Amino acid sequence: MMTLAELRKIAAHGVWTQNTSLVQILGLCPLLAVTTNLINGVMLSLATILVMALSGAVVSSLRKLIPHEIRIPVFALIVATLVTVVDLSFNAGLHQLYLVLGIFIPLITTNCIVLARVEAYASKNPPLQSALDGVCMGVGMLWTLALLGGLRELIGQGTLFSGIDMLFSGLAPIQVFPAGYPGFPLAMLPPGAFIVLGCLIAWKNWIEARRASP
Amino acid sequence: MTPADPPVTAVGVAARAACTLFLFTVVFVAILSGAHQWTLPAVEAAAAREKMKRIDEVLPRERYDNEPLDDAVTLEAAPELGFDEPARILRARRDGRIVALVVEAVAPDGYAGPIRLLIAFEPDGRVIGARAVAHRETPGLGDYIDPRKDRDQARPWITQFDGLNPAAIDAREWRVKKDGGRFDALAGATVTPRAVIRAIRQAALFVAARRERILAP
Repeated sequence: MMTLAELRKIAAHGVWTQNTSLVQILGLCPLLAVTTNLINGVMLSLATILVMALSGAVVSSLRKLIPHEIRIPVFALIVATLVTVVDLSFNAGLHQLYLVLGIFIPLITTNCIVLARVEAYASKNPPLQSALDGVCMGVGMLWTLALLGGLRELIGQGTLFSGIDMLFSGLAPIQVFPAGYPGFPLAMLPPGAFIVLGCLIAWKNWIEARRASP
Repeated sequence: MTPADPPVTAVGVAARAACTLFLFTVVFVAILSGAHQWTLPAVEAAAAREKMKRIDEVLPRERYDNEPLDDAVTLEAAPELGFDEPARILRARRDGRIVALVVEAVAPDGYAGPIRLLIAFEPDGRVIGARAVAHRETPGLGDYIDPRKDRDQARPWITQFDGLNPAAIDAREWRVKKDGGRFDALAGATVTPRAVIRAIRQAALFVAARRERILAP
């Protein structure tokens, strides 16, 4: 079992100190490509959390069977299999959600953060901790991507939650700026993603710096 | 080391690693194949439902009473429609009579890759409606071809094809107004509508040229 201190450490690592997007700067390709709005960012993160929890648990359970020399191909095999199984089950069971998440799920395989956590954590720790580590790393990604997607959407088209009607019919996006807002397409384009991400990293570093020098 | 232990050589280690990797691959491919078999019926049913939902956007359901997905004519490969595979034209019937044709077409020259379109025609060739069902046009610029993204919600861009009679329109008119044609386009994003207009025209010509075969019972 795990102690409370251990749990807290894993959570703090994932959500803040080792935040995948702001500190490790890993997995930028899917991150920048899909965070054109808040919903996309949240959805990609939720799917990633699921895959990271599963891959952490599976790799950790099998870690004694995997020879050290070939661990990377085996990890890649496990992650790719899990992603595909998740993809297929979403397609079959939750088709509405799949249409929104569809393009994101295969992208998770290309997210090196999954492989990185499996290699750095799950291959050396028990299953429960590994699954939790995956979830916490994913939660760190979740709030960052939600913020990134939300900011880009707000600046780019003046709304929030656009696309929510595809998830829950009946809900409508929120028009934050007046309807006449001309939009600012740069924020929606890839360069906008880099600029906003850069601002977020600067913001986090500023908080850290202020904390360090009272 | 006891004599019973196998000698540790580079070849031995490599052979063991290869065997282990092979076993892992077999096991995980088996898992994948199982998951695929298990989900296949549900995935296919969901895909058919999804197709019907797209058809609903171009062709109201009260106009026909058959299953257009099960009533398709397969024609030769049609580069005009942007496909390498044989063209499939769906037929919607009411009381056995064909009331509409649904054609899938691809505009290969969108600003950001191909644009997939679904177009419904009357049996006489007039357009009932058209929709862009998959595209990657720039958000906020070219994506107004999708009525859900169009700022003009009262009269989205793509609805100007509704009720159009392609036979009555001259080739030169199949252009955006900026190029001397008859179709509107937003300033600054004309590559996308040009591609869509061309693709709809090609589809109309394709259907008109093969009307007899498509309408044959």
